[in-house]
Amino acid sequence: MNTATVIATKFSGLKLPQLDGTFFSNAIRLVALPAAGILAFLLLWSVTAQNIDTSLGKFPGPAAVMEQFNALHDEHQRSREKEQAFYERQEKRNAERVAKDPNYQPKIRAYTGKETFLDQIITSLVTVMSGFLLAVAIAIPLGITIGLSQALNNAINPIIQIFKPVSPLAWLPLVTMVVSALYTSPDPLVAKSFLNSLITVTLCCLWPMVINTAVGVAGIDKDLVNVSKVLRLPALRHVQKIVLPASVPMIFTGMRLSLGVAWMVLIAAEMLAQNPGLGKFVWDEFQNGSSDSLARIMAAVLVIGLIGFLLDRGMLALQKLVSWDKTAN
Amino acid sequence: MSVLLDISHIDMEFPTPKGPFTALRDVDLKIAQGEFVSLIGHSGCGKSTVLNVVAGLYQATRGGVILSGKEVTEPGPERAVVFQNHSLLPWLTAYENVELAVKQVFGKNKSKAEMREWIEHNLDLVHMSHAMHKRPDEISGGMKQRVGIARALAMQPKVLLMDEPFGALDALTRAHMQDSLMEIQAELNNTVIMITHDVDEAVLLSDRIVMMTNGPAATIGEILQVDLERPRHRLELADDPLYNQYRAKVLKFLHERHSKPDVPTKKSVPAKPNTAPAQTAGDIKETVDNAA
Repeated sequence: MNTATVIATKFSGLKLPQLDGTFFSNAIRLVALPAAGILAFLLLWSVTAQNIDTSLGKFPGPAAVMEQFNALHDEHQRSREKEQAFYERQEKRNAERVAKDPNYQPKIRAYTGKETFLDQIITSLVTVMSGFLLAVAIAIPLGITIGLSQALNNAINPIIQIFKPVSPLAWLPLVTMVVSALYTSPDPLVAKSFLNSLITVTLCCLWPMVINTAVGVAGIDKDLVNVSKVLRLPALRHVQKIVLPASVPMIFTGMRLSLGVAWMVLIAAEMLAQNPGLGKFVWDEFQNGSSDSLARIMAAVLVIGLIGFLLDRGMLALQKLVSWDKTAN
Repeated sequence: MSVLLDISHIDMEFPTPKGPFTALRDVDLKIAQGEFVSLIGHSGCGKSTVLNVVAGLYQATRGGVILSGKEVTEPGPERAVVFQNHSLLPWLTAYENVELAVKQVFGKNKSKAEMREWIEHNLDLVHMSHAMHKRPDEISGGMKQRVGIARALAMQPKVLLMDEPFGALDALTRAHMQDSLMEIQAELNNTVIMITHDVDEAVLLSDRIVMMTNGPAATIGEILQVDLERPRHRLELADDPLYNQYRAKVLKFLHERHSKPDVPTKKSVPAKPNTAPAQTAGDIKETVDNAA
């Protein structure tokens, strides 16, 4: 309702006689209709679910999934309590030993309990953002270079077109083997599984950004390029002052596409490679095969969707903050 | 007269899949310091091509352009261009747009304070001081074009090149802009080449009007010397027989070209309908002026 009010005020131009009408039509458009849609979906879901029998029992309806959300939350709380208790015990034990023997070097061991649902969500988010940022760091300079040079574009475009449609599942075995072969530090900074997921994500979400950046750069208004020529801007300053700002809207479009791809790819990669994260959670539940498993997987599906949506909105908010072109939506 | 800019027998050919297309043939024009020259002609006759060659954005196939004794080989700020569509960077304010040019041209010679003063001075010249911290999408078309002119003037060009600078503006705004341009011209005595469709604009502003024949292979048809006293006032000139004589001459030239194009090829056909608006625009402006 709050958003509706704000928007109603904004669009009605503060004309009081109009406010009521606009307010109600906006309330319907922004609150009532989406709510009706969700309600209809829940109804359809719960009716359909009742009619599907699987070897793990009935397909979970909304109520069963809600129940599992609570269960997952409780599990998380319990796990955190256990963890805290573990550290308290450890601290106490160490303190006692130090009291007995002042020369004793206390050993601090990390808690190694099973990751909770929330832990998996956080792992997935960290992985997807790392992979995505790595892709940004590669794709944007590459896209700008390709966009500026038609020759380079002709040279690289076939490669992009071939790699773009490749599924993450095809990359994963290669990435796993290469990481195992090359990443052999005895004291690794990050886990190999993290690196596997990250690189797979990067490889898959690189392309939309490269393509969009290149298209944006190549499509800059010719007059603006002529302005730059008349001013004799040096190449770097031309990129910095003209090319980059002019293609920001397209770059962001690419980044939003890529982030969506990255999130989808990550779940698949985690499932297949047993890398920690939401994908592993889904796979573990599937293997577990308890009567709650399907409801828990369904809960994960909803969370994955919601996070994907929030990532996109976040990207849009960032675009509006950074870009001069405020018309994006 | 001392020649500042020598457009020396230029030919311009563009490669097309069907062989080279000759846009210009033997365009030859000498322009003196402080002279205001208009290029007028039908759409597609190559006026813009001439301007782009002088700007250095195109390279002439034959012949060349010499500016104060030096051949033009690339674009540069001493030949500032005012583009038809203002070409302001939409992410910068009016001030910042001019600043980009000033920093590039005077970054080494002027202090920060001097540059600031110079930017503000140029924006003041085009009466844009009040809106200098607004971005292009926050100001009107006429104001954008003013900023575009300020940006070009701020480069202190030897020649100011204007490509239909007021073509996209409504008649009333255009009249204001022409008056502003005359004021600035009186103050700075710039050398200007302006492309226009508008007969009144050409006669009002120019020292010489260069009339181009229709393309392809367009060239200079006639050159009209406009000996009207400056400062010129549009209302007084409306009844001036000399002014109307000049105006009639240009109209006659354009009309003859319109009814009898030099080379009736497919290329020149689509250009025809565009001649009507040039005259209509002039007529509209006249009514506006009479009403004012």
